[in-house]
Amino acid sequence: MKFLTPTVLTYLKVVILVAVVPAIVGFVIVLAERRLMGFMQARLGPNRVGPKGLLQGVADLVKLVTKEDITPAQAEKAVHFLAPVLAVIPSLTALAVIPFGPATRIGRVQTPLWVAADVNIGLLFLLAITSIGVYGIILGGWASNNKYSLLGGLRSAAQLISYEVPMGLALVSVLLMTRSLSMVEIVQRQGRLQLWFIFPGLLAFFLYFVAGVAETNRNPFDLPEAESELVSGFNTEYSGVKFAFFFLGEYVAMIVISCVAVTVFFGGWLPPFPHVAALKFLQIIPPFGWFLIKTALFLFCYIWFRSTFPRYRFDQLMALGWKWMIPLSLANIVIVALAILATPGRSNGLFVLSYIFGGLFIVMFLLAKLRQKLARRERLAAVPASVPE
Amino acid sequence: MSDDKPISEAEKAQAIRTAGDLEAAGLAAAESVPVSVHPPTLFDVQEMELNFGPQHPSTHGVLRLVVRVDGEKILETKPDVGYLHRGTEKLFETETYPMGIPHTDRLDYVAAATNNHAFCLTIEKLLGIEIPRRAQLIRVILDELQRLSSHLVWLGTSGIDLGAVTPFWYAFREREQILDFFEEYCGARLTLNCMRIGGLPFDLTAGWVERLIEFIDDLPSRIDDYEQLLTDNRIWKKRTVGVGVISGEECIEWGVTGPVLRGSGVEWDLRRAQPYECYDELDFAIPTRVNGDTYDRYIVRVQEMRQSARIIRQCVDLLAAGEIRGKVPRVIKPPAEETYASIESPKGELGFYCVSNGTNRPYRMHVRPPSFINLQALPRLAKGHLISDLVALIGTIDIVLGEVDR
Amino acid sequence: MADENTPPPDAGPPPPAPATPPAATGTAAHKAPPKKVEATDASAHPWVASIRAALPDAVVSAKEFAKQVTVLVRRERIAQVARHLKDAEDFRYCVDVTAVDWRDRQPRFDVVYHFYSFSKNDRIRVKCAVADGEEVPSISEVFLAANWSERETWDMFGIPFAGHPDLRRILTWDGFHGYPLRKDFPVEGIDTGAAVYPEEWPEGGGPAKDDPNRKVVS
Repeated sequence: MKFLTPTVLTYLKVVILVAVVPAIVGFVIVLAERRLMGFMQARLGPNRVGPKGLLQGVADLVKLVTKEDITPAQAEKAVHFLAPVLAVIPSLTALAVIPFGPATRIGRVQTPLWVAADVNIGLLFLLAITSIGVYGIILGGWASNNKYSLLGGLRSAAQLISYEVPMGLALVSVLLMTRSLSMVEIVQRQGRLQLWFIFPGLLAFFLYFVAGVAETNRNPFDLPEAESELVSGFNTEYSGVKFAFFFLGEYVAMIVISCVAVTVFFGGWLPPFPHVAALKFLQIIPPFGWFLIKTALFLFCYIWFRSTFPRYRFDQLMALGWKWMIPLSLANIVIVALAILATPGRSNGLFVLSYIFGGLFIVMFLLAKLRQKLARRERLAAVPASVPE
Repeated sequence: MSDDKPISEAEKAQAIRTAGDLEAAGLAAAESVPVSVHPPTLFDVQEMELNFGPQHPSTHGVLRLVVRVDGEKILETKPDVGYLHRGTEKLFETETYPMGIPHTDRLDYVAAATNNHAFCLTIEKLLGIEIPRRAQLIRVILDELQRLSSHLVWLGTSGIDLGAVTPFWYAFREREQILDFFEEYCGARLTLNCMRIGGLPFDLTAGWVERLIEFIDDLPSRIDDYEQLLTDNRIWKKRTVGVGVISGEECIEWGVTGPVLRGSGVEWDLRRAQPYECYDELDFAIPTRVNGDTYDRYIVRVQEMRQSARIIRQCVDLLAAGEIRGKVPRVIKPPAEETYASIESPKGELGFYCVSNGTNRPYRMHVRPPSFINLQALPRLAKGHLISDLVALIGTIDIVLGEVDR
Repeated sequence: MADENTPPPDAGPPPPAPATPPAATGTAAHKAPPKKVEATDASAHPWVASIRAALPDAVVSAKEFAKQVTVLVRRERIAQVARHLKDAEDFRYCVDVTAVDWRDRQPRFDVVYHFYSFSKNDRIRVKCAVADGEEVPSISEVFLAANWSERETWDMFGIPFAGHPDLRRILTWDGFHGYPLRKDFPVEGIDTGAAVYPEEWPEGGGPAKDDPNRKVVS
């Protein structure tokens, strides 16, 4: 086992990641999305290929790989070829720093089992890498020699760049709580504090997740690939493997955003209530299992959003990002900083903040429900809808 | 297909040989879309001319819009219609009156029974025929079912155009049931041919009414489902409130009728203003909103769906045994006169202008298509909006290309 | 409802209906043979009189059939008649503009306009007779709604409208030869220059004039 140096093991982990994650995307997530959306829309999703449609991913993969690879005549060949690659590589790279489980060392080999690279600037690395993903889209849109694709690419680029700011700022507030950029350290601190950062960071979480949905060009921010307006936007002229790469890049980015949300806000691999005796049975599920469950819940939220919401118009999208989310994220940083400064050395400030945020959230939720009920009653009263007896 | 190609001499000579040339007729050439002829400098506004359609997922058919945009802002829209022109009015002249009814199905193919109805009404007016009461009630039921069907299509496609993919499936689930009712009644789901001059072709089958009652009683909760997803949805409101505002006065100027007119504050519905069949006995409201934007038109159509359910319920309660066809001569030869009759179709005022010359075929049968006239207002609605809004506007006018092009 | 006459969708003020039980009348009235509806002269109708008062030489004749008034006016006056109807008689809504080809009559065409008044809740039909090649003043400045309808009439019949802002073909394509709804245009179509199947449609047009397969609508 002498040759299993940390370096070699790291390469091994990377290979496993790059092999396993796209496979999961192709075979599990794509099918899950189509089936789940089908159920939400009162229909069955694909259920023909394989038992209950489980081999749909294989069918899709075979189809995409064997499709004719068309490059438009006037397109920039080199850039057209490079763009999908540029879209997929940053997403896959970002997976390297995500801790899928505890940083246990394997035997005498000093390398973490569940993290490909436990760097101490993990969060910063993530933010930087996701920014590179913009290139793939904008070059893809431009290189297609198609007005619609160009529009789609430009829109997407502007959207991605705008929403990186609130995403980063939301994570900065978490940074204040952990005082470390290392992803592993963030989870461990949540364990030590016995407080998942979702509670003091409720606002940060909402900002992060919404910005994350915008970063991955998903509904309700999927204008760049809006089928009804731009016929698939920057994707239009891509077919076969190149399209598969764009597709893959988008879904892996979804996974990355979900994983980061789980890590930073929901305790990573930690089971809920680890110190409560009555819930000790929850320890049966291994830490990696908990990470998977939580990530799956977020992916479900992505799919749920897609079924439910209409699409934001581009200027409304930008207005949301610049006029609402950035000021809110800045305010959030100030609030969290105040909470921490209020009780220096101890962490009670965070707990107090949690209660405040929690209470506010419940109140706002109830108010929204009430307003909805009143609006509906007013609307139905305006025009009588029932037959007079 | 645009006008701004310079006409070569050969083409001009060719055109003068026929009668199809404007210049030969002595009229000024049509205004053409300006084309930039010099290479743009740094400070030139780069206008782009986009072709929306005729193949496009959101144009609801073969509609071509030539849109001149500055970035995303629309400067000018020029609809180019006629891709589905099939010469229906010419065909009417070659066939007898009853043979024309299936042609009317293909006009507004989403709500075929209303087309049949308007056609039959026109000829009945020429002939002076009385329709039995049972036939009137069933005609109203079929019309209102078609109104529901058409509005369900509108709801689903409007939602999908703006990104809300789920209401489409819910709406079509209900529409499937409506189409099943029609299939049981007249054998067809879409192009129904379900009315005859003087009444109806068939009587209702056993159990049809009971199943219809079940469906109608269930409908308000289904409409609640759609509203739950869209009406109070902040994103939906952002996409539709303030988009495509047109005032009631302008609607009348442009001849726009139907839910567009009612969304702009003019409470005018042919079923109330000039009742036909038994609408004057029925109790229903005319939903009207005042702002004249896309959201209001959405609310108007959803309310109309509820009112349609109400109307059907009342008709079903009033149904009694009776004949389904009045006394109609075997060969339909109206007197050599002309008449115009119109109904409130889901899209607006659908009318037929018929000129008879005493034979068994119409001398001239002209369709007054609501979608065609409403589409005229699209450039006015789209001015100043973004491309994304154009999609919302095409959906909100609710056009069917079969009717626009005939 | 089921009274004596067929409830006309766009009649004048609704006739006072005799109060009869619906079932009885419904079963009885429709069994009778349809009443012959006659056209009557409407020169004394208030709307016609109003047009005549404002534009003395405009009205040629007027008729009423099935409770609809048809006014025949002179071609040159049509825009002024439209303006008068809109401003003075409150016919604010232009329902439709179309034409009829009376093939062997001189003048050949009738351009037919329908207007509706919200306050009167009624329609009026205005016609003017146009010979082949003559122009009709456009009413698209008076009624914006007439814009596309006039383009369609030009496209289908070849009746030019003077003063129309954008008189182009609308339903057929640019370069189309002929006017489809004219009675001498065969219903099978003619060779419009897009000879896709030259072996089936010989150059120069569809079925020849003496071809037994050619069907011209009478």
